Amino acid sequence: MRAMMKALLLICACAMIVVGCSSNGGGNNTPAASNAGANEGATQTPEATKEADKPSDEKVELSFYYPVAVGGPITEVVEKMSQDFMAENPNITVKPIYTGSYADTMVKAQAAVQGGTPPDLAVLLSTELFTLLDMDAIEPLDELIAADGGDEYIKDFYPAFMENGITEGKTWAIPFQRSTIVLFYNKEAFKAAGLDPEKAPGTWEELADYAKKLTKDGQWGLEIPSTGFLYWMFQTFALQTGDNIMTQDGKKVFFDTPENAESLQFWRDLAAVHKAMPEGAIEWGTVPSDFIEGKTAMMYHTTGNLTNVKTNAKFDFGVAMLPKNKQYGTPTGGGNFYVFKGLSDAKKQAAWKFIRFMTDSERIAQWSIDTGYVAPRMSAYETEKMKTYAADFPEALVARDQLEYASAELSTHNNGKVSKIFSDAIQSVLTGSSDVASALKKAQEEADKALEPFNK
Amino acid sequence: MVGTAARRRAWRRNAFAWLLLLPSLLFLVLFTLYPVAGSLKLSLYQADLGTPQPSYIGLDNYSRMAEDDVFWKVIKNNAWFALGTVPTSILLSLLMALFANKVMRAKGLVRTAFFYPTVVPMIAIGNIWLFIYTPEYGMISRFLEPFGLTGPNWLGTPDLVMWAMIVMILWKEAGYFMVFYLAGLQNISEELYESAKVDGVGAWRVFWRITFPLLMPTTLFVSIIALTNSFKLVDHLWIMTKGGPENASNLLLFYIYETAFSFWDQGMASALTTVMIIFLLLLAALQFFGLDRKIHYR
Repeated sequence: MRAMMKALLLICACAMIVVGCSSNGGGNNTPAASNAGANEGATQTPEATKEADKPSDEKVELSFYYPVAVGGPITEVVEKMSQDFMAENPNITVKPIYTGSYADTMVKAQAAVQGGTPPDLAVLLSTELFTLLDMDAIEPLDELIAADGGDEYIKDFYPAFMENGITEGKTWAIPFQRSTIVLFYNKEAFKAAGLDPEKAPGTWEELADYAKKLTKDGQWGLEIPSTGFLYWMFQTFALQTGDNIMTQDGKKVFFDTPENAESLQFWRDLAAVHKAMPEGAIEWGTVPSDFIEGKTAMMYHTTGNLTNVKTNAKFDFGVAMLPKNKQYGTPTGGGNFYVFKGLSDAKKQAAWKFIRFMTDSERIAQWSIDTGYVAPRMSAYETEKMKTYAADFPEALVARDQLEYASAELSTHNNGKVSKIFSDAIQSVLTGSSDVASALKKAQEEADKALEPFNK
Repeated sequence: MVGTAARRRAWRRNAFAWLLLLPSLLFLVLFTLYPVAGSLKLSLYQADLGTPQPSYIGLDNYSRMAEDDVFWKVIKNNAWFALGTVPTSILLSLLMALFANKVMRAKGLVRTAFFYPTVVPMIAIGNIWLFIYTPEYGMISRFLEPFGLTGPNWLGTPDLVMWAMIVMILWKEAGYFMVFYLAGLQNISEELYESAKVDGVGAWRVFWRITFPLLMPTTLFVSIIALTNSFKLVDHLWIMTKGGPENASNLLLFYIYETAFSFWDQGMASALTTVMIIFLLLLAALQFFGLDRKIHYR
């Protein structure tokens, strides 16, 4: 009994460790590299492209990884879209594979790449670009775009959404389910506080002033989530005050700047000085519930929550562009289509066809209406569907209007580490355990170190 | 002649034993020993996004780890987490077992009530307690409201978040350990209690002289499970805090996950895993070879 227990416990102890670590024991990336080599020949021959353009009977099978990050029957919608695509293209079979959250999908894609069986295409966060490039996992799309009428299609996407997909002069991703940050406000709370319910705060001063007026027993003036996507929320203030906080090539970040200090101080002061926002870290997921429950009169949150708030709020609410400091600004967010390396030419053409199909103006408009994501194409807003929807629910257009001032989400090499460093720094200021200057200085130093290998 | 026959018999018996063990050994090698060896090896390599081809760097990952503030914070957190959960949950489960064993009416109900948190998956518990700890309209805040108190932001304050986690884990774990203690209690012969009663021994003395020593094997078992759990229970972090604010609730296993699948630094993640393996093996060895001697098995 005793010996058996010993053995059992040891097994338990060992097994749990293994769960925590990846099975990348072999640790070699050669499959991706060799695939890349094999692929180069195929990409360089325009003849091959022409051949594939002819209708052929060759059966092509595409595996497509996609995450679900918002509520609703998303898997059904995606399955349905794939079915429609296959009905139109009988020689292509699309296998949509639901792969969990964005993070799960990334882990699965990475495992598949290392195992030598990458998916053919996937929807992943727009900020994963440099990570995917460093893994040597994805294919540039320029030739496919050029073969397909060139700029006409690409120019229809809002430039702010394209930003995260372009580096080294190449386009690597096509925007699909995208979002930005907007201000949600409770019109009834505005009336009760003697504010004009049709006029949202337009500047930082007004924001602080309104938030103070709206704060009363049992109701905060404003909530800005500060547990998840902190760097993303911070970028709103940073972009309203100055330039973006990283370079387009993802090799440098600008954390320790006077503009960022001003921004972070303002965010901190909303709670510390103006007492219009709760102290400490505010949970990402509970902010929308707080708003719906009337516990906060205003909130900063993703447009992805529009449908949720619309369905559940029992009061009249408004959606507005984020207040400006020196200018308007917001980062974009959400997921893009990526095409993986090592595809045969026929597969590549099929993958492109599928992306074109999924981002078709009508279809992407419907996708936007169903999910609350911002449709990434301008022409989607010219469709009847969208016009009818927007006439009924003009709030859906605010995010689009704000795109004019939007810029890329923080995305660099070593992105996981860099964004975590920055998020920790912001959090240390918001919880009052560090001052702005030293937090930003420390973040800059650590981020520079994390980016060092990529600047050689 | 006799010698060889005996040897053959012994060999046959051994072979039979090995054959019985083979399936589990196979899995052990495949899913435990092989990955452990793999992590050990990878921990000596630089394998991150900056180096597509892993390159041998000796113990550099370990020296980098020693300079990493977050690593030390995570170790400290884990120590507090273990210290907060292990002794308390043992004490609590023992008390619960004594109570559930003595209670006359509604025995089943009492036991079920104590046990049910164990059945709930960790992810669900994370969501439930997220609501309990929510400021303003969370359960605790609602409860404090009539007294004119506003509860703090439990999960959003670096100094409080670890305590909040410990309380939640106690709630989940104590009922599970109670079951072991209940079984242990029922194994103690009634005769011992009866003779103690005849001799007029007080209840307190009976507990310390009879119940507690005879429960020692259970206590050892429970303490090991509790200790390993304090290293492997991290599911709630995904739901509740993501290790924040500022890593105040981050634990070693969660940090390994972050390093491997968010920073994509596999060399460092393997080094961290190795540290965890060594740590757990040391603890297990200490408990078995140290405490084991003092325990009275029948």
